[in-house]
Amino acid sequence: MRVINKVLGTVALAATMAAGFGATAASADETRIALVVKALGIGFFEAAAKGAEEAAAELGDTEIIYTGPTDTTAEGQIEVINSLIAQGVDAIAISANDYDALVPSLKKAMQRGITVISWDSGVAPEGRQMHLNPSSNELIGNMCVKLAADHLPDGGQVAILSASATATNQNIWIEEMKKVLPEYEGIELVATVYGDDLADKSYREAQGLMATYPDLDAIIAPTSVGIVAAAQAVADAGKAGEVNVTGLGLPSEMAGAIESGASQSFAIWNPIDLGYSATMIAHALASGEATAEPGATLPMGRMGEVTLDDEGNGAMADPFVYDAGNIDEFKSIF
Amino acid sequence: MSTSSTHHIPDTLVSPLAKRLKSWESLLLVVAVAIFIANCFASPYFLNAWNLSDATFNFTEKAMIAFAMALLIIAGDIDLSVASIIALASTAMGAAVQAGVGTPGLVAIGLATGLAAGAFNGVLVTRLALPSIVVTIGTMSLFRGIAYIVLGDQAYRGYPESFAFFGQGYVFWVISFEFVLFAVLAVIYGVLLHKTNFGRSVYAIGNNPTGALFSGIRVQRVRFVLFLLTGLMSGVAAICLTSRLGSTRPSIGFGWELEVVTMVVLGGVSILGGSGSIPGVVIAAFVMGMVTFGLGLLNVPGIVMSIVIGALLIGVIALPRLWSKLRWGA
Repeated sequence: MRVINKVLGTVALAATMAAGFGATAASADETRIALVVKALGIGFFEAAAKGAEEAAAELGDTEIIYTGPTDTTAEGQIEVINSLIAQGVDAIAISANDYDALVPSLKKAMQRGITVISWDSGVAPEGRQMHLNPSSNELIGNMCVKLAADHLPDGGQVAILSASATATNQNIWIEEMKKVLPEYEGIELVATVYGDDLADKSYREAQGLMATYPDLDAIIAPTSVGIVAAAQAVADAGKAGEVNVTGLGLPSEMAGAIESGASQSFAIWNPIDLGYSATMIAHALASGEATAEPGATLPMGRMGEVTLDDEGNGAMADPFVYDAGNIDEFKSIF
Repeated sequence: MSTSSTHHIPDTLVSPLAKRLKSWESLLLVVAVAIFIANCFASPYFLNAWNLSDATFNFTEKAMIAFAMALLIIAGDIDLSVASIIALASTAMGAAVQAGVGTPGLVAIGLATGLAAGAFNGVLVTRLALPSIVVTIGTMSLFRGIAYIVLGDQAYRGYPESFAFFGQGYVFWVISFEFVLFAVLAVIYGVLLHKTNFGRSVYAIGNNPTGALFSGIRVQRVRFVLFLLTGLMSGVAAICLTSRLGSTRPSIGFGWELEVVTMVVLGGVSILGGSGSIPGVVIAAFVMGMVTFGLGLLNVPGIVMSIVIGALLIGVIALPRLWSKLRWGA
């Protein structure tokens, strides 16, 4: 027992000392903002991180911690959140893998004085102070259907290739697409399949769609991984020009598909702007310059301002269409 | 020839003390202490009671399954469906919440689902004499598939306030309920494996199932019980994880089966069966938890963390073999 007591005493002493160290390390004037993404190694989020760095440079005395799990799981993000709480960061700006499951750990972060906002893919209102949508869901859903319909004046069959069946934002967009579908005469939605944001699985699902529906005219993929895989599947099947792949994608990854004709056009907001705006908002909330409450207007630097609705949601901007006319200009940016 | 008979002949090849010092557990303990010290120097945030407490959540649930999995692997079987059992049990609990079941009922449903799934695996393996790896690869898809059919892209939420205690509650100061449960289960499984006839029969089956059968061990029954235990532990982990997340989605615990098996193998359990210990698995749980948390504090990307865990696994397994080879070669 004496040994155990001694050990416990030492640990307690060490813990106190560490707490002292922690205080000195955190007492720097720097504002530390963690940009937590769904998973590392995805082009879209790398671009968002660039935007965050741009905002940090503009703000000064701001450090960006760009982090996220290896795969798109809620459990992985919780481990990341725990380590950020332990480091005592000033703000967490997260693109969530799960609308509900992150709430308990993000609540804990807020209890310990950390500013929490979500962006891109949201968290339930009790788990964050505000949510920044890249655009409005209605506009995105409409844009996806419009992109397909614009090249089908006589109507035709379309299918949706989504990410995972549990991806928050993809499901909302699919709902919005279904809502506007009746407004586009002759456009028929024949199937919705899930590629889990994995290149190989998305590729096989796209192949499956073309095999099951020989008259398929367009594949709408509202995910940057799925759209590239689908365009590749269409090009490999020799159906470029026959099946139009569209949806949401990154210009750098879609340049080849535009060139081969597998994709006529696609849309995306600018992820650089999104990371930039999320950082600007997180900084304003963490420093107390602004408060997140229904109806509040928050500053986003060069992107203007965002106004929050009753649930603390705000929309940044409209999605932007990329086609053969402008792809070369944007493919080197993100 | 006759001179050798005058020598003292030991009944074991190495002395008990040397054996203990050279054991897997000692090696792992050294690794664990080294990682702990390295973490203390690497990050000023590591040595803080609350932070260390938060870090235990990274491994407690997986370790609970790993204890039962260790016994199963020692007996020469494996269960790759554990993460899917978590999804199934969590889905069953979520459905019960919608029907207005209270916390005690939810716990009973979580445990019962785990047991039922374990029994299903056990029957297929022991009655139909199918290889456990094949059966559980099948049920891995089956159990999670059921969860996906029930839930689709929806989530169950609205768990009662009192249910949150299992995954978010603290028994005393920074000591979480999950950590206490982890410690209690470690002792129970340690006693079960190392101090009971049942534990001896697990080793016997793993080393030689036919020999075990002819020694009067009811091999199929023991194997069935081991699948039941693994299912039950997956049910326990499902309760803790669901409580911690406060919601159920069919993707809950995705990919955990490999992390559990990694923990067991890192703990010194032979993947071929026949040897291993619970203390080894306990230390391995701490090692994995500390590595991921320590690297997390340094904001090391997750993929680098996976590489470190993989390197650790190969290193810890390969080093003793290399060492003994070098010694014999010299």
